[in-house]
Amino acid sequence: MNWKRATIAALCAIPVVGLLGWGLTRDPKEIVSPLPGRDAPVFSLPVFAPGQPPLARAVGDSVRLATMRGDVVVLNFWASWCLECRVEHTILSDIAQEYNGRPVHFLGVLYNDQPASGTAWIAEMGGQSYPSVDDPHARTAIDYGLYGVPESFFVDASGRVAYKQVGPVSAVRLRHLVDSLLIAIPARAAAAPAKQGS
Amino acid sequence: MTGLLARDALLVSLAVLLFGAAIIPVAVRRGRSDLLALGTSAVYTNFLLVTIATVAMIVALVRHDFSVAYVAQVGSRATPVFYTVISLWGALEGSILFWAWVLALYSAAVVWINRHRQGNLVPYAAVALLLVSLFFAVLLVWPANPFGAVSPVPADGPGPNPLLQNHILMAVHPPLLYLGYVGMAVPFAFAVGAMLSGEVQNDDWVRLTRRWTLTSWGFLSAAIIAGMWWSYEVLGWGGYWAWDPVENASFIPWLTATAYLHSAMVQERRGMLRLWNLNLVVGTFVLTILGTFLTRSGIISSVHAFTTGTIGYFFLGFIALVLLASLALVAGNSDRLRTVGRFDSPASRETVFLLNNLFLTAFMFTVLVGTLFPLMAEYVRGVKVSVGEPFFNRMSIPIVVALLFLMGVGPALPWKAASRKELKDKLLPPIAGAVVLGAVALLAGARNVYAVLAFTFVGYSAVANLREFFIGARARHVAHTEPWGLALARLVTGNQRRYGGYVAHLGVFVVALGVAASQTWRTERESTLKPGETMSVAGHTVRLKDVWGRQEPQRQVIGATLEVLDGTRVVGTMEPRMNFYPMSQQPVPTPDVRSAFTGDLYANLMSFRPDGSSASVKLISEPLVPWIWMGGGIVVLGALVCIFPASRRSPAARPAVAVPSRPLGVVAASLQSMEPEA
Repeated sequence: MNWKRATIAALCAIPVVGLLGWGLTRDPKEIVSPLPGRDAPVFSLPVFAPGQPPLARAVGDSVRLATMRGDVVVLNFWASWCLECRVEHTILSDIAQEYNGRPVHFLGVLYNDQPASGTAWIAEMGGQSYPSVDDPHARTAIDYGLYGVPESFFVDASGRVAYKQVGPVSAVRLRHLVDSLLIAIPARAAAAPAKQGS
Repeated sequence: MTGLLARDALLVSLAVLLFGAAIIPVAVRRGRSDLLALGTSAVYTNFLLVTIATVAMIVALVRHDFSVAYVAQVGSRATPVFYTVISLWGALEGSILFWAWVLALYSAAVVWINRHRQGNLVPYAAVALLLVSLFFAVLLVWPANPFGAVSPVPADGPGPNPLLQNHILMAVHPPLLYLGYVGMAVPFAFAVGAMLSGEVQNDDWVRLTRRWTLTSWGFLSAAIIAGMWWSYEVLGWGGYWAWDPVENASFIPWLTATAYLHSAMVQERRGMLRLWNLNLVVGTFVLTILGTFLTRSGIISSVHAFTTGTIGYFFLGFIALVLLASLALVAGNSDRLRTVGRFDSPASRETVFLLNNLFLTAFMFTVLVGTLFPLMAEYVRGVKVSVGEPFFNRMSIPIVVALLFLMGVGPALPWKAASRKELKDKLLPPIAGAVVLGAVALLAGARNVYAVLAFTFVGYSAVANLREFFIGARARHVAHTEPWGLALARLVTGNQRRYGGYVAHLGVFVVALGVAASQTWRTERESTLKPGETMSVAGHTVRLKDVWGRQEPQRQVIGATLEVLDGTRVVGTMEPRMNFYPMSQQPVPTPDVRSAFTGDLYANLMSFRPDGSSASVKLISEPLVPWIWMGGGIVVLGALVCIFPASRRSPAARPAVAVPSRPLGVVAASLQSMEPEA
C-alpha cells in the first residue's frame, strides 16, 4: 500500500462529496411559485366538516374567500389518504384554537378525496378545531397550483398570498408566519384588545 | 404482526452483517477456517432474513394491511392485485427493500459459486458485499423503514403513483434495472477483495466476475430499453429519451460498464490496463450509488411525494465512504499494477478498445456533468438552470457516431498488430455497406450531417461485424466440409464470448438505426376532429369514430376510437385514452401505438368535449421505432451468448488452434477468425 498516493487520491473525493452535501441543504420542495405577492385566487366552497365551537361553521355553508378580506387566512390543503397530513394535524388544530379571537381564519380544503372519508379521518384523529371545505374536481387546488398535499397558503389582510408552505408545517413556523401577518393589521388588533385576552 | 416480524428480521440481519464483516478479516488473518465458514454463512443468513422481510411486505401489500406505513403510502383497495404487488418498488422504502433483497441474492449466489476457491480473494469480496448490504440494512432500519406502524389505521390508501399503474412495463423495467444496478456490486466487491487480499497482480478477479459483469450489463441494457419503451408507451409525448436525470442515472454506469467489458479483454489478453480497469469497476459501482442518490434524495429534481430528507445524508455518507476507501485502495495499490504487455501497433484491436474506452468515458463525463450542472450552477452563481436536450444531443451525438465507427473497426483488427494486407482485407470491404446506407439516408431526405454519418457508419460497422460471422463460417465450411448452418452454429458456440459480442454489436446497430430514423423522419400533427372527420400524417389516415367513457374500479377512462384507413377501407382501430385516477388531479395519457416493421403510428388523445362532440388527437408517424426494442432484444441475446457456459464438444470437432494458450506463432489466415478471445 502506497499511503501517500492513497491519501492524495482520497482527497479528490472531497469536492464531489462537498458539492453533493451542499446540494442536500437546498430544499428541493422549494418550488418557485408565482403566487406569493399576488391576489389569492378566490373561491366559494361548501363546508363538509363543521369544526368545533367557537370556530365551527355549519355543514353546507359556503365559505368565500372574499368575505374574509381584512383578516389573515390560513388555507390548508389535505386528504384522508395523505400520511404527512397526520403529522401537522394536531399542530394546526391546536394553534387555530390558540388564535381564536384574533383576526385569522383557519380553513381546511379537502383535496381529491370523499367528504365522508374526510369526516371519518377527522373523527379518527380526535377532531379538528376549524372547519374544512370540499373542493370538488380540485378546482381550487388547481387555481392555487397545488403540488401535493399537505400544502398551506397564508393569505394576508389585503387578500394576497403572502407565504406558501409545502409539506407539513411545524408549530414554530406556523406561529411565526401567522404572527408576521397579524402585525400588519394594527387597526384591527388595537380595536379588539378585549378579545385578545381570551 | 407481519410488520413486526419483518422489522425484527431486518434488525437481526443488521447484526448478522456486522458480525460477518468483522469476523471474516480476523479469520483470514489467523487462518481460522472455522471462523471463516461462520463469517461466510452471514451472507446466506442475510439472504434468508431479507427474503423474509420482502415476502412479509408483499403479503402486507396484498392483504391491504394499512397499519404498515409503506402499504398506507402506496396501497389502495381499488388497485388490481398485480399493480399492488409491483408497488413493492413503486416508492422509496419499498424500492430500497427490493434493492437489499437483490443484493442479498447476488451476494449469496456469488459466494456460493466460488465457495471452493482457495485464497483470500473471495472472503474479502464477501466482506465488501456484506458492507454494502449493511448500508442498505441501516437504511431499512432507520431512514427508509417501510414497516413503520400507522395509527390509527387508515381505511384506505391513495394507491400507487398513477403513472406506475398504467402500464405492464412497470412490472419489467424496475426489476431489470435493480438486477443490473445491484449486480455491479459484484465486480466492485471482487476488485476490492483483490486489493485487500493482495491478489491484485493476477487477473483472477476479472475472470471470476466476467459473467457477473456481463449479466448485470445485460440486465441494465434491457432495463434502459424497457424504460425507454415505458416512457414511449405511457407518457404520451411520442418520444423515448429526454435526458432526464433519472434516465441519465441509469445510463451513466452503463457507459462505464460497457467500457469495462471491452478493456477487461485487453487485461486478460495482454495484461494491460489493470489500473484503468480497477478504476472503471469502482467507478461503475460508485455511479450506481450516485444515480440512486440523485433520484432518491430529490437533490436534482423530485416528482416524488414528501419524504423527509434524512435518507439523502445517509447516501451521502455512504458515497463519501465508498469514494474515499476505493480511491485510496486503487491509488495505494497502483504500484503493484505493473503492466505486462504494451501497445505494439496503432492498428490493433487493443488500440481500438482503448479509443472506445476514451470515447465511452468522455460520454460518461458529458452526461454526468450535464446532470450535475444545475447543482454546480446553483452553487457557483446561485441561479437555477436546467440543462436540456440541446446540450446533451450536441455533445453526445458526435461521440456516438465515432463509437459506431469503432464498433466496425475493432472486430476487424487482430490483437497486437495488423499487417498491411489484413488491414486492406478487413477494412475496405465494409465501405460498400457505408456507401449503401449513406446513400439510402441521403435519398430519403436526411440532411443533418450527423444523421447521415450515423447511417453511413452503421452500414460500415454492420457489414464489418457480419463479415466476421461469414469469414469464420466459411473457413469451417471449407476446412471441415460442414454445411453453412452447422458451420455458423459451431463457430459461435466455439467462441461464444467473441461472437456474442458481435451479436450485441448488431443489436446496437439496430437500435442506432431506429433512433436515427425516428429522429430524422418523425412527423406529427394535431387536430380537433368531430366524429366522421379524418386526419392524416405521413401517409397514414385515421377517422374519428366516437368519444366514449367508462368507469373502472380504480379509475375513470375517457377514450377516442379512431379507425385507421387504407383508402376508404378500415384496416384497424386505435383507442388513445385518458385515465383519471381519484388521487391525481391530472389525467394520465394512454396513447395507442400501431406497430409495423417499418415504424409506428402513434395516437394520443389530447383533449375532448365532455359531450363527445369532438376530440383533439395528436398523430405521430414514428419510423423504425420498433427497431429500438428489437435491437435491445438482440443486445440482450448477445449478452446471453457470452454468458452461457461454453459447450463441451468432442475434441475432434474442435479446431486445432482453439487451444486457450496464447498464440505465439502465425495462425493460418483462414482459421484466424476462430481464435478464442479468452
